[in-house]
Amino acid sequence: MEAGDAVARLVRDEGTRVLATLIRVTGDVGLAEDAVQDAVVRALETWPRDGVPDNPRGWLLVTAKRRAVDLFRREAARSGKEATAMPFVEPEPVETVPDDLLRLVFTCCHPALSLEAQVALALRTLGGLSTAEVARALLVPEATMAKRLTRARQKITQACIPYRVPAAAELPDRLAGVAATVYLIFNEGYAAAAGTDLVRAELADEAIRLARLLAGLMPDEPTALGLLALLLLQNSRRAARVDADGVPVLLPDQDRSRWDVAAIKEGVSYLGRGLQRAAAPEEYLVQAAIAACHALAPTYAETNWDALISWYDVLLEVADSPVARLNRAAAVAERDGPAAGLSLVDAIPGLTRYPWWHATRAELLHRLGDTEAARAAYRRALALGLSEPLVAHLRLRLAELE
Amino acid sequence: MPTYAALLYTADVDWSAPEHAETTQEYLDFGAAAAAVIRGGKALYPTSTATTVRVSGGKGGDVLTSDGPYAETKEALTGFYLFECADLDEAVRLAARLPAAWDGVVEIRPVIEF
Repeated sequence: MEAGDAVARLVRDEGTRVLATLIRVTGDVGLAEDAVQDAVVRALETWPRDGVPDNPRGWLLVTAKRRAVDLFRREAARSGKEATAMPFVEPEPVETVPDDLLRLVFTCCHPALSLEAQVALALRTLGGLSTAEVARALLVPEATMAKRLTRARQKITQACIPYRVPAAAELPDRLAGVAATVYLIFNEGYAAAAGTDLVRAELADEAIRLARLLAGLMPDEPTALGLLALLLLQNSRRAARVDADGVPVLLPDQDRSRWDVAAIKEGVSYLGRGLQRAAAPEEYLVQAAIAACHALAPTYAETNWDALISWYDVLLEVADSPVARLNRAAAVAERDGPAAGLSLVDAIPGLTRYPWWHATRAELLHRLGDTEAARAAYRRALALGLSEPLVAHLRLRLAELE
Repeated sequence: MPTYAALLYTADVDWSAPEHAETTQEYLDFGAAAAAVIRGGKALYPTSTATTVRVSGGKGGDVLTSDGPYAETKEALTGFYLFECADLDEAVRLAARLPAAWDGVVEIRPVIEF
């Protein structure tokens, strides 16, 4: 990595945390965003020349705070208001949510906003993701996402929705949005939907850190326990998912000795704690159970397909989705053969624009000996746009068939 | 400070009926407790007293008058308040103390200051 890239990444990561802090302190997202943006630009100008300061976050925070005071004074002067009162006094230390980033997620997830808007706003405001990236992460067109974000910001301004740390009693109401946000941050980091890196490790690590905080905050909440279990179990495979050349390695071909055994143990223990506390099946717990079936299998062939398929059946009960059906169909193909899998895959509506639907069909058609149809299906998958390493993988599969 | 209209949607209520005395008292109690932030508000006569007015073809057109509310729904607009408070959270806390929120819904909308 270039030294300049390292500085840029440091500035971006620290900038996100500084933004979270500044929003808490000022209570004004727009003002905080402008001030942090300015501090980030200044850091990118001066750090490569003068060296990175000893405390980069402190430097950014002080610079952004000064800028925020300037902006506030200017705003006050324009509207003729008294500028004597500082916009922000350090408020009482509120320890409900002991982390500025997680606090920011909770404040974005105000129940007066739609769940979609909460998640989009949190992903966007957390700074790591652009509007285009948020749109991809949530599988909606960019224009739709831009509109959704604008509408959410307008509602916040016009209805005066406060960016305030929720009281302990309000946390459970906001958990659904918070969990969805953390999960999507992880997903974007674990399997970047586009771009050159298959894995954006820092996003995945950040999501796990947030999930840990969340589980610590609500130690008896099945959603929080399930989310942490799921992220730990999925992330345990990270080192085995890409080979030395950066080409993705799919689950059946992964070197299981490279899986993170400690993370698997920890994930399974959170899964157990969550299942004990869940009165009804909870989506993240069920997904974690599915991940555990894979993580605990000594080899791909020895996967407990019966257990896996019955967890998928539970998942379809609590959260039916075409993608869940596709994954269940792939498991059925392993247990009952490609023909059984293919007939299930073909019966799923609404996935013609989802590359993995075509890729799964291609694989099953190939196993059934229908090379012609398999090639066509791979080509359709490739036409739909994926991250570059996944494109490379599919091209390789296609080349093997030609 | 922003002003919010709290629109009360409940089953149609004839406030003069004696069985509503208790609810009426609850609204009076609310009014006394929240006096500092209430900027206005009234209860409405039932929807059977409502008249819908529309000018056909826009400005200057024929005045069409019809009986009742525009749409038949289980919950109807039965009253409203205007609150002036710090933010939406405070308005939500107030709305939750209205009897209308207990067996109907209260819609909160920020009021535009022209």
